[in-house]
Amino acid sequence: MATKLNAVDVLIVGLGWTGGIIAKELASTKLKIVALERGGPRDTNPDFIDPQIHDELRYAARYDLMQNVRRETITFRNRESQTALPMRQLGSFLPGQGVGGAGVHWNGVTWRWLEWDHQARTRTVDKYGEKIIPSDMHLQDWPITYDDLEPYYDKFEKTCGTSGKAGNINGRKIDGGNIFEGSRKDEYPNPPMIAAQSMVMFEKAARNLGYHPFPNPSSNASRDYVNPDGVAFGQCHYCGFCERFGCEANAKASPHFTVIPLALENPHFELRTNSIVLKVNLDSTRKKAVSVTYLDARGREFEQPADLIILSAYALGNVNLLLHSGIGVPYDPATGRGVVGRNYAYQCGGGATAFFDKETILNRFMGAGALGTTMDDFNGDNYDFVKAGYIGGGGISCSNSGARPIQSHPTPHGTPRWGSEWKKAVVDNYDHAASVGNQGAVMAYRQNYLSLDPTYTDVFGRPLMRMTFDFQDNEVKQMNGQADICVKIAKEMGATKVDRSIPPVPYSIVPYQSTHNTGGAVFGADPNTSVLNKYLQVWDVPNVFVTGACVFPQNAGKNPTGPVGALAYWAVDAIKNQYLKNPGPLVPS
Amino acid sequence: MSTREKSQGDVGRRDFLKLFGAAGAAGAAASTLPLGGSASADEIMAATAANTKHHRVAAATTPHVGGSGYEFFNVDESAFIEAAVDTLLPSDSTGPGAKELGVATYIDRQMAGGYGKGDRLYLEGPFGEGTPEQGYQLPMTPSELIRAGIADVNAFVQKNHKSTFDGLSAKDRAAVLSDLESEKIELPTVPTATFFGLLLQLTIEGYFADPMYGGNKDRAAWKMIGFPGADAMYMDKIEPFRNRPYKAEPKGIQDLI
Repeated sequence: MATKLNAVDVLIVGLGWTGGIIAKELASTKLKIVALERGGPRDTNPDFIDPQIHDELRYAARYDLMQNVRRETITFRNRESQTALPMRQLGSFLPGQGVGGAGVHWNGVTWRWLEWDHQARTRTVDKYGEKIIPSDMHLQDWPITYDDLEPYYDKFEKTCGTSGKAGNINGRKIDGGNIFEGSRKDEYPNPPMIAAQSMVMFEKAARNLGYHPFPNPSSNASRDYVNPDGVAFGQCHYCGFCERFGCEANAKASPHFTVIPLALENPHFELRTNSIVLKVNLDSTRKKAVSVTYLDARGREFEQPADLIILSAYALGNVNLLLHSGIGVPYDPATGRGVVGRNYAYQCGGGATAFFDKETILNRFMGAGALGTTMDDFNGDNYDFVKAGYIGGGGISCSNSGARPIQSHPTPHGTPRWGSEWKKAVVDNYDHAASVGNQGAVMAYRQNYLSLDPTYTDVFGRPLMRMTFDFQDNEVKQMNGQADICVKIAKEMGATKVDRSIPPVPYSIVPYQSTHNTGGAVFGADPNTSVLNKYLQVWDVPNVFVTGACVFPQNAGKNPTGPVGALAYWAVDAIKNQYLKNPGPLVPS
Repeated sequence: MSTREKSQGDVGRRDFLKLFGAAGAAGAAASTLPLGGSASADEIMAATAANTKHHRVAAATTPHVGGSGYEFFNVDESAFIEAAVDTLLPSDSTGPGAKELGVATYIDRQMAGGYGKGDRLYLEGPFGEGTPEQGYQLPMTPSELIRAGIADVNAFVQKNHKSTFDGLSAKDRAAVLSDLESEKIELPTVPTATFFGLLLQLTIEGYFADPMYGGNKDRAAWKMIGFPGADAMYMDKIEPFRNRPYKAEPKGIQDLI
């Protein structure tokens, strides 16, 4: 029997980037705010200090900072005709857990998505006509444009101390930046990071081929920095223990040392860690949320009433909570009706590994999570969809995120997996190989979706969420087409041998690919094809807002945290300046 | 030294004395055991048993390195693991082998600890084989899988070669591992590819992980490839060392504390 607690004004579920931003921005309202975080508290000191954080086994191989699937996981199948089975261990993607969420262990690559990504359907139809869109593809516009979000992108970059070079300020294209990006009002807050040797080679090769490479926008600070909130960042150490790790230098922007401590300064804010929310409770009209049910570390059940509820867990976690709470109509692929779980999407990688002679020395271990050079010549709609044969494309980059040897010991295709020959190949290639990779967009489809599993349950007794997902023809063509371009660049870099690779098809839950899961609770202009309106407010239950990458109608060829952070600022602006003044739907349905 | 290691060492010393008096055949083994109390009872038992049971001096005269004996493996299992890692990553002109770097000790500790016991594994039923894309679906923890797989392989080798796996020549051991890798051998209890994959994964992990986990003794695997280890601060080096060799004595986490 749940113990009913005193009501609060605002309840935040999950304290990562978006929950942290909202908690901090709402401090000025003097409202009573409670955040429930399923994991434990974490701080740079003592949790991420040097040298202990430089432990590849613990953090990268054993997933110390990630969700523990022993307690909660998903089931997975490629298609409806199969029986979904549990993802028994992590692999393809790595959701975080604990204060700061995945914002602790991300790389720090902080994009503004391309203008096309915000209006994918309209811009595609305008240019190519309806016919180019496959019949099973749910290509949808965002309900807001890049220009609407521009000030919020700017705000998030400044919060994060993003290091980069603008390629388009007020419509003026700037060589050396990303000339394909939407128009910016301002330069990045910090200059680009120092390029590694492989990136210098990639940049030269890409330019030789007529492409437009530029330094990744990186929230690994290129210099000491104080953000507009007064939070100090250290300069990045280029230690090479970044993604999957916390940062010892407070150089990689993370909510745990930026927005969350500021939220905690608010006397009206309370954080409860080790508190797992099981569901959101609705009143008898099903149009209003009244409370959440959660368990504390000891397994005691509580009911926490609140006027306003923000779901700011990981993308998959938010959809899971909506399904368990009966908020919004679950998607049914047979009828096409329903919206929760609809438009789940992912990314597709692949590319080329370039092997060089021994005179080419890369010092790959001098790296940082977001250290890389990218080109968008084949991303968004910067190329010809008809000629290429696919929609969406991807960013092509050469990254230098580190060379931790358990997981990074490139050997040419055909090398045995063990024995003396393997050892020799590892030694010969360890510091003489670079990868040129595609971060491919994955579109949304009728047959790819999230729902509740009929068989398996989590440790709390709830049904697991079921993922039904596979790469479709458009994406298979894309990963192949993009890999060919990667091979071309790798050769131009002077590689003596180039190996081409694409991800497993059908999609496999086993090898790591990307923690860029999107969709399932998308925002849009039409309640028949979206869960949320343009302010991330649930159409059906207006006192619930949902943040994170689950709101994207389809994925992009870019990392999601930039728009995820920008949209959190966008949504909390609407909450503060519109919703709290007059609680109710902000957009008529 | 942690309290735990210390207490193991103490037990080891007591049992060492007992064993030394009791087992005449253990002389060769005992004389090569590490001094200073770092050998545990299990380790001495393992060394002694390996020597007497299989009549092989070689295994017994090779001291265990970097650890305090076997917490998880029994004598047959530790003999198998030592021989397996020595075959997967042998000592050769390229660099040191996995066995001499303590990888068997690493695997033993992993099997005895949270990872081996499935602390991050969803193990609720029902269990189905599924497709390769659905990944691991066995109702077994890594330590259960490794234990069952070792027994399977030893039984196979016993039947076909009249020997234990560790009793085979290096060439024959490599042939057995190749047949496991290619699934020419079908193990009765565990899926061959899953067992071989886990064995290889653990071997590579132990070889390249921080030495505090029991393998990669003296950071030798890092020296071999030129990875500087945990001492990683390159903001002033990444530009000047572009396309130039950066030589540094690798450091483990414990070297820096």
